[in-house]
Amino acid sequence: MSEIKTQNAKDFTDAPLCLSGRGVTKAFGIGEKRKLAVDHVDFDFHEGEFVSIVGESGSGKTTLSKMLLGLLNVTEGQILFRGKPRDISSGRKKREYWKGIQAIFQDPFSSYNVFHKIDSVLLDCINMRGGKHLPKEKKIEMMTEACSFVNLKFAELTNKYPFELSGGQMQRLMIARIFLLRPNILLADEPTSMIDACSRATILDMLLKLRDETGMTVIFITHDIGLAYYISDSVYIMEHGKFVEAGAPDKVMLTPEAPYTKRLISDVPKIHEPWDLSTVDLLQQEA
Amino acid sequence: MKNTIRQVFHSSKFVTGFVILVIILLTMFIYPLINPGNPLEMIGVGTFAKPGTYVSLYDASRTGKETLRLSDADEKRLNRLLSDADRVSMVEWFSAMGIDISGLDISDTDALLDLWKANYTPDSKPAGMTMAKRNYYKRLDKAIKEIGASDTLIITEKHAETGELEEIGSITKTDYVNVGQVANVKSLPLGTDNFGRDVLKELVSATGTSIVIGLIAGTVATLIGLALGLLSGYVGGLVDDLIMFVTNIFTVIPGFVLLILISYSIGQDQRGAAVVAIVIGFTSWTWTARSVRSQVISLRNRDHVNLSKLSGHSLIRIVLTDILPYIASYVVMAFILQVSSGILAEAQLSLLGLGPKTTTTPTLGLMMNWAMLYSAHTNGSWWAYFPVILTITCISFSLNLMNTGLDQVFNPTLRD
Amino acid sequence: MGKPILEVRNLKTKYVTRFHEDVYAVDGVSFTIEEGKSLGIAGESGCGKSTLALSMMGYYFPPLHYISGEIIIDGKNISGMDPDTVRKTILGTEIAYIPQAAMNALNPTQKIIKFVIDVIRAHDPKADKKEIRARAEARFAELGLPRDVLDKHAVELSGGMKQRTVIAVSTILSPKVLIADEPSSALDVTSQKMVIKMMRELMEKGYIKSMLFITHELPLLYNVTDDIMVMYAGQIVEKGTAHEMVFDPVHPYSHGLMGSILVPEEGTRGTKLTAIPGTPPNLKKPPHGCRFAERCKYAKPECRYSNIPERPFEDGRMYRCLMGVDELKEEYSHE
Repeated sequence: MSEIKTQNAKDFTDAPLCLSGRGVTKAFGIGEKRKLAVDHVDFDFHEGEFVSIVGESGSGKTTLSKMLLGLLNVTEGQILFRGKPRDISSGRKKREYWKGIQAIFQDPFSSYNVFHKIDSVLLDCINMRGGKHLPKEKKIEMMTEACSFVNLKFAELTNKYPFELSGGQMQRLMIARIFLLRPNILLADEPTSMIDACSRATILDMLLKLRDETGMTVIFITHDIGLAYYISDSVYIMEHGKFVEAGAPDKVMLTPEAPYTKRLISDVPKIHEPWDLSTVDLLQQEA
Repeated sequence: MKNTIRQVFHSSKFVTGFVILVIILLTMFIYPLINPGNPLEMIGVGTFAKPGTYVSLYDASRTGKETLRLSDADEKRLNRLLSDADRVSMVEWFSAMGIDISGLDISDTDALLDLWKANYTPDSKPAGMTMAKRNYYKRLDKAIKEIGASDTLIITEKHAETGELEEIGSITKTDYVNVGQVANVKSLPLGTDNFGRDVLKELVSATGTSIVIGLIAGTVATLIGLALGLLSGYVGGLVDDLIMFVTNIFTVIPGFVLLILISYSIGQDQRGAAVVAIVIGFTSWTWTARSVRSQVISLRNRDHVNLSKLSGHSLIRIVLTDILPYIASYVVMAFILQVSSGILAEAQLSLLGLGPKTTTTPTLGLMMNWAMLYSAHTNGSWWAYFPVILTITCISFSLNLMNTGLDQVFNPTLRD
Repeated sequence: MGKPILEVRNLKTKYVTRFHEDVYAVDGVSFTIEEGKSLGIAGESGCGKSTLALSMMGYYFPPLHYISGEIIIDGKNISGMDPDTVRKTILGTEIAYIPQAAMNALNPTQKIIKFVIDVIRAHDPKADKKEIRARAEARFAELGLPRDVLDKHAVELSGGMKQRTVIAVSTILSPKVLIADEPSSALDVTSQKMVIKMMRELMEKGYIKSMLFITHELPLLYNVTDDIMVMYAGQIVEKGTAHEMVFDPVHPYSHGLMGSILVPEEGTRGTKLTAIPGTPPNLKKPPHGCRFAERCKYAKPECRYSNIPERPFEDGRMYRCLMGVDELKEEYSHE
């Protein structure tokens, strides 16, 4: 059994900006049905920072992540990439931007093309980084290195399909992919929510290792406030498309100010402190 | 892939459908080898010869004879000669003449004939009997007399110069020939149709043509539907709106009406089997397009497509490698259904006289059309249309069964 | 010791795959729940905990098959009963079952009251509609569900409200056992808390006599049930009270599982988080000996071939390992 341990959260305020947003908004629908999924949010993610965005379902965190990835257009506001306004107006510019940002999604089972073998998934990453003309041995060496980074054995994976692996292994392969791609930013959208608790620690460990070794910014999107507290350098709490609280994890978790954060923390079952069931009123209609 | 095929052949429905189809296809290829020739050759002069084996009388009379004395030969001969209708007519005549027929058994040929010979006179005029009816009885009487008239038939030949008849042989009631030794014996398992063509041969050829028509129509419809569905589902936005607008127009107009109009405007001369197939394909792509589109829309937001985009792959590559393989099984199922409905559409169109032009190739629909035009269904010539209906049913049953089997394999909600 | 409500003795069930391979998903499980007690089952996905729930109800429809063992509910043996009989006579009155996606099982075209009528009439076909409504309203009020829910359609309710409604409707006949399989995993934390609170009230007010709660979320299990069982590869590897299991696990697997708990509490940051490498064994061919040996840090050669029995210790606790309790605790203390 391996164990991981996080250090104290670091302060990244002086580090150079990697991705920031000013008044970023996403609206769906028109006229009276117009709804703001993300409502004028501002954020500053620094280079090498491990940021968590915490929110319940429907809080807009997935919409925000799609906008950060450039998969959805921003309705209003501006996203700045390394201090300069992001330009993804054409296909070529988008491709250029995507060299700097990559993602790991929630469901490992839908993240792979089931018709592609593991080798081709990893080879594709090498090709994307301009390694298309490298000799075959070099490519295999790179793939082996990436797999051993996530404790997988490349020799055992060749000629296998991703769905022959377990959920945890598939997510680790995703991290191996990121290791090969070396983007500036990794957006991890609930990468541990579909896998078992005992594989979860491994994934978190590898994300931390990845950050430490490559200095990439990790944006970790989760609904699990305990997880966010444990792993991140700064935490953003999102409710109804807005950031209601942001800051260092110790500050946000131990001395929460926003009522939403307080409620979120009190509603999570705990083991050392009593879980107070009286805070919820059964007759109250949920939103 | 191997595993998928193994699963598919584990489905009993698919296998049943597949076996039926293979039997039909094998017949299509093997039968012409056994019985070669033009399927549209008019071998019969009359219409609708009954199914059975035809023996050349000319050759039979020249084939070496054997003498067989069979005790029931006469009785059989009489029974064949006197049909049930004739017997009833004889009884009618007796009662019209006031002859006592109590105790007469209508199936007792000897008693009936004895009574007839004893009482019938051509001059008698029963009250209220028409001239035509009386003539009928005269013919009947003549025929009855011929049965017992002579034991020997003489075969004569006209002399080329004198014109005299010369006896060259004779046939007695006990002469038999071996069918295997007769030079010309023609077996027509399904008889002939209105033009005197061998129905079975025609049917085998027509099945082939109809399946080809179905395949062409299915391919055209699936390709159009797939292309439009992929484009509209994946690209979305204005392209989607436009394509769906066109698709909806095609959906609203009944496909068959459109088919009739197009077929009619093409004209009889231009309408070969291939043209009809393409026209059918052009009018039936809509639901493939719609369902492919909805599948693509649900796939478009799958994470592996998003990751493929983030990897900088081009639209064409994403569509071909990340979307198409996922819907391939679905497209194959749609294709099978399109083939089946293409065959049916051809049959419907031909039945209305708008099928492929009639001189070169038979199709299942054309065979139905001919049978209907020459009233096969009213004069009891079931062999001209019933085998055709059965074939169409079998093809479409087998294709649909295969489709259901595939559905069970590929559709997780139907898995057991 | 209270009166046993649900007893399961050496239950074995299997799945038969499309290719006629047997998957032994529940392999010799025994436990007892006493009146007024709740039991939690924890384990990774695929360990057989959901199959155990289905098997306990006697709900054997292909591909699930019964092999052997006994299920006794309040003195009544239901093992080997025809699934249709089970549905008619056991479900609703003896056992209520709440699967994870229960809230999606409500027919959107019907009002909630219709489901209540269906449930009651399944056991009492002559029940009067007015009486049913009165009964439902009383029970809903007791459980803190608004009365007007009865006249709403499922689509008008939020996820949490739907799940609570399903629980209230399925327990309307006051079954002896409530089996809840991840009833709150798809919900937000606040809705989850409401569901849990309602289930607590069902127990406290005596509408159900005992509860079996299945989840992979350990902090939740700790707060909901009296006892916890940990399942691994179709077998129970350890059983004890919730507090003992979370703070003093004995089996290496439960030790690892408890070490992966993450809660937003002061001091969590900087603690060690355990990860168990490897994957669970293939249940088509369960390994000989200890099923966890492949992934166990402390495994010895004999672990791989010896038959590992369930070993009771202290009062009422049980674990399944070759090593002694002290030996294991000694190992853990070195970390």
